Amino acid sequence: MDSSSEYSLHHPKWHRHRTPIFWWVKRWVYICFIGREMTSVAVAYCAVLLTMVYRALQSGPEAYAALMSLLSHPAIIVLHVFALLAVLYHSITWFNLSPKAMVFRLGRWRVPDLMISGGNYAAWLLISGVIAWAYATG
Amino acid sequence: MAQAESLEYDVLIVGGGGAGLRAAIAVYETDPKMRIAVVSKVYPMRSHTVSAEGGAAAVIKPDDSLDDHAYDTISGADWMCDQDAVEAFVNEAPEEMLQLEHWGCPWSREEDGSVAVRSFGGMKIKRTWFASDKTGFHMLHTLFQTSLQYDPIERYDEWFVTKLLVDDGRCQGVVAIEMATGRVEPILAKSVIISTGGCGKIFPFTTNANIKNGDGMSLAYRAGVPLKDMEFIQYHPTGLPFTGILITEASRSEGGHLLNKDGYRYLQDYDLGTPEAEPVLRSMELGPRDRLSQAFIKEQEKGRTLVGEYGHYVHLDIRHLGEKVINSRLPFVRELCVKYENIDPVKEMIPVRPVIHYVMGGIHTDIDAATPLPGLFSAGEAACVSINGANRLGSNSLTELLVFGARAGKSAVAFAREQGGAGASVSAQVRDEQERLSRLRSGGGSESIAGLRKEMQDTMEEGAGIYRTEASLASSAEKIQQLQERVAKVAISDSSLTFNTELTAAIELSYMLDGAEAIIHSAINRTESRGSHQRTDHPDRDDENFLKHSLAYREQGGPPRMEYHPVVITRWPPGERVYGQKKG
Amino acid sequence: MPTNITLEVLRYMPEDGGAPVFQEYEVPLRSDWVVLDALNHVKDHIDGTLSYRWSCRMGVCGSCGMMVNGEPTLTCAAFLESFAPGPIRVEPLAHFPVIRDLVVEGSDFMTKLKDVKPWVIRKEEKPLSEGEYRQTPEELADFKQYSMCINCMLCYSACPVYGLEPGFTGPAALALAQRYNLDNRDQGNEERMELLSNDEGIWSCTMVGECSEVCPKGVDPAGAIQRYKLAGAADWWKSLITRKSK
Repeated sequence: MDSSSEYSLHHPKWHRHRTPIFWWVKRWVYICFIGREMTSVAVAYCAVLLTMVYRALQSGPEAYAALMSLLSHPAIIVLHVFALLAVLYHSITWFNLSPKAMVFRLGRWRVPDLMISGGNYAAWLLISGVIAWAYATG
Repeated sequence: MAQAESLEYDVLIVGGGGAGLRAAIAVYETDPKMRIAVVSKVYPMRSHTVSAEGGAAAVIKPDDSLDDHAYDTISGADWMCDQDAVEAFVNEAPEEMLQLEHWGCPWSREEDGSVAVRSFGGMKIKRTWFASDKTGFHMLHTLFQTSLQYDPIERYDEWFVTKLLVDDGRCQGVVAIEMATGRVEPILAKSVIISTGGCGKIFPFTTNANIKNGDGMSLAYRAGVPLKDMEFIQYHPTGLPFTGILITEASRSEGGHLLNKDGYRYLQDYDLGTPEAEPVLRSMELGPRDRLSQAFIKEQEKGRTLVGEYGHYVHLDIRHLGEKVINSRLPFVRELCVKYENIDPVKEMIPVRPVIHYVMGGIHTDIDAATPLPGLFSAGEAACVSINGANRLGSNSLTELLVFGARAGKSAVAFAREQGGAGASVSAQVRDEQERLSRLRSGGGSESIAGLRKEMQDTMEEGAGIYRTEASLASSAEKIQQLQERVAKVAISDSSLTFNTELTAAIELSYMLDGAEAIIHSAINRTESRGSHQRTDHPDRDDENFLKHSLAYREQGGPPRMEYHPVVITRWPPGERVYGQKKG
Repeated sequence: MPTNITLEVLRYMPEDGGAPVFQEYEVPLRSDWVVLDALNHVKDHIDGTLSYRWSCRMGVCGSCGMMVNGEPTLTCAAFLESFAPGPIRVEPLAHFPVIRDLVVEGSDFMTKLKDVKPWVIRKEEKPLSEGEYRQTPEELADFKQYSMCINCMLCYSACPVYGLEPGFTGPAALALAQRYNLDNRDQGNEERMELLSNDEGIWSCTMVGECSEVCPKGVDPAGAIQRYKLAGAADWWKSLITRKSK
C-alpha cells in the first residue's frame, strides 16, 4: 500500500503528519528534554577548559597567569555561571535517571531506587567535599 | 501482512485469540510444511482472551488428581458435559499448561519456584494456575509472541469474515473483507478452524468485549452446522453495573463477601453453606456461578438488593482483606474499580450484579474438534465439545482453549493432508458474496443498527435471562423473528470502502440475531431446569427426558429445527449437585 | 455542571481526497462516561460514519488509544469529567499514518514486535515431562513489569524519536525484548543484543522519558531501554577486553 499516491479503489491513501522542526516547543516536558540535551555542550566546554588549564600548568607560571587573567574577565565569569548551572542540571537529571539503568541486588534483596540515586548524590558530595578541602588547605 | 495474489492455505483459522493461536502453533508443530493463515477481525492480542482474569485449571500438585478435576467439572456442569471429552481435557491440561510455562507465560510462583495454584469456585482442590489477576492477558500475549517465530503462520489482521465457502460437501475457505481497503477476497483452505469466541454481546449486561458477537457460530450455523446447547449461558455473579467489567472470582476466593442492602451474607439462605471467617471451597461465595447469580435474583424479588442508575445491585466487600493483600493478590481488581468505577475497594464496597459471562453452547464438535461439516473444526468458546455442559467452572475455559485449540490444529492437519484443490462452485459463491456486501454497503434501509441491537439485548434479558418461562421465551422468540426481518432493512450511512465499521457492525448484528434465535429456541424446548438454564415453569432437572444435548439447525425464514444428541457418560452417573454444608 | 460537552474529532476520509478536518459533536457529560463512551454515543446516535477501534473497555485489549487534547490516551480510561468544560479534542495517535478518522496503521509496530524476537530462546529445551522451569517470585519480579505491555502504542505516539526516525525500534518493542532478556528461562540475550545494539535499536533512544509517562500499565519502557544500554555498553567493554587479551 502506497501512502503518497491518490486514493484509488482498494488502495487507500494514508494521511501522514510530518514532525515539524520545532516539535519540542509545544510541550514543557519536551522543552526540558531539549534543555537537558543542550547542557551537554556545557559539559563538553568544561572538559575543554580543564584541558586548557592543564596545558597552561604544564607550560609554566606565565602561561597559567595569562589564562587566569583571561578567565577573570566578567564576560567569561558570566559564561561560567551559566555553564555551572547547566552542568548542575545535567548532573541532577543524570543521577535521577541512574536507578532506571542500574539494578543492584544484595542476595534476594533489590536495592531500592532511592538508595541508588542517593548513593550517586552522596558520592558527588563526598568528592566535591574532598576537592574543596584540598583547595582550602592547599 | 499477507498480500499474495491467490490466497490459498492448508489450514485457515478464523479468530486469533487463545484457541486460534494455540491451534496455529499446533498445526506448525504437527507439520511445519503446512501453510497456515490466521484471519482475525482485530489484531490477535486484542482478542477477548486478553480480559480473562482469574486463572486456568490443571492438575499439577501431588495432593490433586485427574479424577478430582474431572468430577468437579462434571458435577459443576450438572452432568450435561460429555465425560469422554472431560477426561481427555483433564488428562491433557497439565501438559498444555506446562507447555505455556515453557513458552514463557509469567505464572505466579511459590517461594521454591514452582507454579502456584489458587482455589476457585466449584473446584474442591486448589488447582488454578494464575498470573496475578491478568491470566488471560498473559496467556494470550505469550501465545501471540510465541507464534511470531513461526514463519509459515501468516496473519490476516483486521480481516472480517462474512461467509464460509462450502462445496463438494466440505468447507473450503472463507470470504473476508480487508478492513483497511474494503476489498472482499476469498481465502481458500483445505481445513478451516473457527475460534471466534462467544456471543455475550447478545445481552445488555455482559463482561464480554465489543467484538464478541458470535461471528463464527453464525457462520457455521448458516453453513448448516448445528449449534449445540445454546440455552446454557453463564452469568458471572460479580460484574460492575453499566460497564459489565468483571470482578474476578479470585476476589471471593481470597475472602470477599457478598452482602445485600442490610449488609447480610445472603448466600447462606440459598443452600450454599454457612458463613465462616475463612473462605471454604465450594461453599458460600465460592459456590458455583449459576447458584450465586440465581440467589441475586431471589434477593431482588425479596426487595433486599440496592437500586442504582443501572438497576439492582448488591455489594462485594473485600475491605477486611486489607490494603496489603488487595495490592499483592488482587491488584487488577483495585485498578479496575478505581479507574472505571471511581471506587477504592480498600475503603469502599464494590457494587456488583450478575452479568453475562460465557456461552457454554456453541458449534457442535466432537472430541477432536471436528464439526459435522467435513473440513470445518472449532475450538474455544465458539465451540461446544462439550466439557462445560450446563455450567462452566471458572478457570476451565482458559485451559480449554489450549487443549482443544491444540486438538483442532492436529485434526485440521490430518484432514488437510487428504484433500485436493478447491471445488468448482467456489468462485460463483465468492462473486455472490461480493455482490451481497456491495449492496449492503450502498445502504437504502431505514432501521438503526444501535436501535435494533438494543431491542435485541432487552428482549434477551427479559425473555432468556437468569430465570425463564415458556411465556417469556415465546415472546422473545417472536421479537427476535421480527428483528431478523428488520435487520434486512438496516440503514448504513457509511458508503466508504476504507475501515467501514458501520458495515461490519450491521453484519455483527445479523450474526448476533442468529445466536439469539438458537438460544431462545433451544431454551423453549428444554422443559427442565439444569445448571444455568432455569425454567420457573419446570423447576426440576429431568434426566429421563433431557440428559441430552440440544442441536439447533438453521431453517430458512423460520425457527430452527431442534434435534438431540446423547450425553456421553463414562464413569460418573448423574448425581445431585451439592455445595456448602451438605458436602460429604 | 453543564449537561453537555463538545468533542472535536479529527475526521479523515481517504476517498474524499481532502485533508483531515475537525468535526464537532455535542455529547452528554455523564460522570461515568469515558471519552470512548462518548464516541460510541456519536457512532450509535449522531454519526454512523465515524470510524475508530475499540473492544474491551477495560484497559487491557489496547485498541482504543487516541490523542486526547494532544496527549496519547486510552480513551476507555479517560473520564469526560476530567476534561470539563471542554471542548475535548480527539485525534488519531500521533506518529502513525492514518487510515481513516481515528484509525491508524499499525503494521510497522507489529513488524517491530516480531523483530525483537519476543519468545523464549533456549539453547536446550527441557522436556515437558520434567515439569516447569523453576522461577522464584523474585526472579519473576525481575521482568514482570515489562511483561505488562498491552501493545496500545501510546508510547510510540509520545516518543519524538519515533516521530522523527520511524526506523527506531521503539519503546514497547525494546521493553518486550528486555522482558525476555530478564526472564531466567530465556537464553536469547546475545541474539537480541546483536539485533538491537545499533542506531535503530537501543542507541536511538535519547531518554526523553515520555514513553514511561504515558504508559497506562506502568511498564516503564524508558527504564528498560536504559538498562539495556548499560548491558550493551558492558558487553562492548567485555568484548574489547577479551579481544585485547587474546
